[in-house]
Amino acid sequence: MTAQEIYDVIKAQCGDAVLEAKLENVLDPSIKIQPEKIHEVAAFAKNDERLQFDYLSCLSGVDYKGKLGVVYHLYSMTFKHKIVLKVEVPTETPNVQSVESIWKTADWHEREAFDLFGINFIGHPDLRRILLPDDWEGHPLRKDYQTPEFYNGMKVPY
Amino acid sequence: MIETPQKIIKTSTGRSLRTEEMVVNMGPQHPSTHGVLRLEVVLDGEIVVDVVPHMGYLHRCFEKHCEHMTNYQQVIPYVDRMDYTAAMTNELAFVVGVEKMLKIEVSERVHYIRIIMAELQRIASHLIAIGTFGIDMGAFTPFLYCFRDRERILDMFEATCGARLLYNYMWVGGLSHDLPPGFVETAKQFCVDFKKTLKDLNDLLNYNEIFIKRTANVGILPKDLAINYACSGPMLRGSGVDWDLRRDDPYTLYHKFNWEVVVGKGEVGTVGDVWNRHMVRQREMEQSVYIIEQALASLPDGDVSKTIPKRIRPTPGDNYTRIESPRGELGFYIIAEDSVTPYRIKARAPAFVNLSVINEISKGAMLADLVAIMGSIDIVLGEVDR
Repeated sequence: MTAQEIYDVIKAQCGDAVLEAKLENVLDPSIKIQPEKIHEVAAFAKNDERLQFDYLSCLSGVDYKGKLGVVYHLYSMTFKHKIVLKVEVPTETPNVQSVESIWKTADWHEREAFDLFGINFIGHPDLRRILLPDDWEGHPLRKDYQTPEFYNGMKVPY
Repeated sequence: MIETPQKIIKTSTGRSLRTEEMVVNMGPQHPSTHGVLRLEVVLDGEIVVDVVPHMGYLHRCFEKHCEHMTNYQQVIPYVDRMDYTAAMTNELAFVVGVEKMLKIEVSERVHYIRIIMAELQRIASHLIAIGTFGIDMGAFTPFLYCFRDRERILDMFEATCGARLLYNYMWVGGLSHDLPPGFVETAKQFCVDFKKTLKDLNDLLNYNEIFIKRTANVGILPKDLAINYACSGPMLRGSGVDWDLRRDDPYTLYHKFNWEVVVGKGEVGTVGDVWNRHMVRQREMEQSVYIIEQALASLPDGDVSKTIPKRIRPTPGDNYTRIESPRGELGFYIIAEDSVTPYRIKARAPAFVNLSVINEISKGAMLADLVAIMGSIDIVLGEVDR
C-alpha cells in the first residue's frame, strides 16, 4: 500500500485522532496522532487486515523545543509497507499512552525515552531508568538540560 | 522489587523442607556477558524464574554528543564506537542515511568497496560471535580458528585505512582511501582459504555431539514472539522468518549480487533455538563470501572521494535509515534542521532490541542454559548502552 492509502484507511477508522499528515515530498511519510489516542490508532494499525503493522522498527523520543514528541516507525512484515506515526505533547505534561501492550519491543524503547527525555508513558508496566543510574537527576537529551556540577559528591569534569 | 516467596515441601521421608527462590547476580564482570551487563537472575534451585537485565555501564551519551558536533562528518568516529566489533557496518548505516537526506549519489566503485568492506566485517563479527560462543559452551579450539581468520580480515582493513578496529573509513559521499595495491588478490585468496575454515568449523563445533546437546532445544524463540519483540538479524532468521534487509529493503547495490537469505531450519532441534541462531551465523558467512567474490570479480574503476562535500547541510526534515548489520536491523533516525549540526540522532541498535527478549526466552531454562542463550543473542554492550 502507498502512504496515501494507509493514511486513508487510518483516517476512515480513527477520524478525529488524526491531526495532520505529511505524505508527499518527504523521505518518510508521517501521520500526526493525538497523544491520548495513540494506543487506539496503534492497535488498529497492527490488527487491521489491510495494514498489519506487526513490526515496530524504532520508537524515538524527540525534543522539539517547547514540545516533546514520540516517533513510531512501523513496518509490516506481510505487505512490506511502512508508515511513521508522530505524537507531540507539551513539555510540562509529557503524557503519552504506552504501546507496550501492542508491541513488546516498545518496552525498552519507552523506558529509554522516559530516561533521556522524561516522557511519561501511561500504562507502561515497568517505567524506570534504563541507561542512566537510578539516582540521576534530570533528562539529559532535553535541549535545555544543564550538566550538573556534582554527581554524588564527585565533580563532573566539564 | 522481586519478592522471594517461601514454600514448604515434603521429602520422601516426610520431613518438611523450607525452600525459597534466590536472587543471583550474573555480571557485570561475568565472562559470558561479553562486556559489562548485569543480569539479576531469580532462581528456583537451578531453574531460571526471572531475568532482569541492568545495563548502562557503558553509556557514553552518543546521542547527546552528536547534537554538539560542528559537522555531520564528525559523528562517524563516534558511530564506530557503538558496535566496536562491526564498525564498518555502523559507518555504512550512518553514511547511507545522511546521503539519502543530502540526495548525493556515490559512484559505483564506492558502492562496491562499501559492500566488500561490510561483508568482510560481517564475517569478522560473526567469527567473534561463533568463537566466543564456543568458549562459553566449553569448546576452546574453534575460537583459535576463528581468530586466526579474523586476523587476516583485520590486516586487510589495516592495509586499507590504517586502523584495525575503529576505521573512520566510510565518509559521506565516498571513502577516506581507495583500496591499496594488492587488496583484490589478498581478498580473493582469503575467500578461497576461508571456505576451508567454514568446513573445519562444521567438523569441530557445529555438528559436535556435546555442542548440540548444549544448544539444541534451548532458549526457543517462536516466530510471532520474535516479530513482536522486533528481533532482527540472526535472531529473527533463526526463528524461521525469511527476512533480510539487504534483500527486503535494499540499500547500496546488494540487489546486483546472487546470494541467499539463510533461515533456521531446525535440523537437530526446534526452529528458533540456540543452535539455529548459531547456525544462521555460520551459513551467513558463507553467503558473505559469495557476495565478496562477485564484487571483487566485477569491481569497477573510478574515484572514491570525488563527491565528498566539505560542509554538509541537509534539507530540514527527518529520515530513518536501516541496514542489516551483523546483529540485525541497525537504524539511524536523523532529524536535520537548517544547520551543519544534526538536531537529533537516535540509534536503533539491534543488540539493544534483541536483548530485550531475554527474559521471555530464558524462563524455565537451567542456569547453565542462560549462558548459551546469552551467547546466541550475540550482544555487544557498546551498542546496547551507546
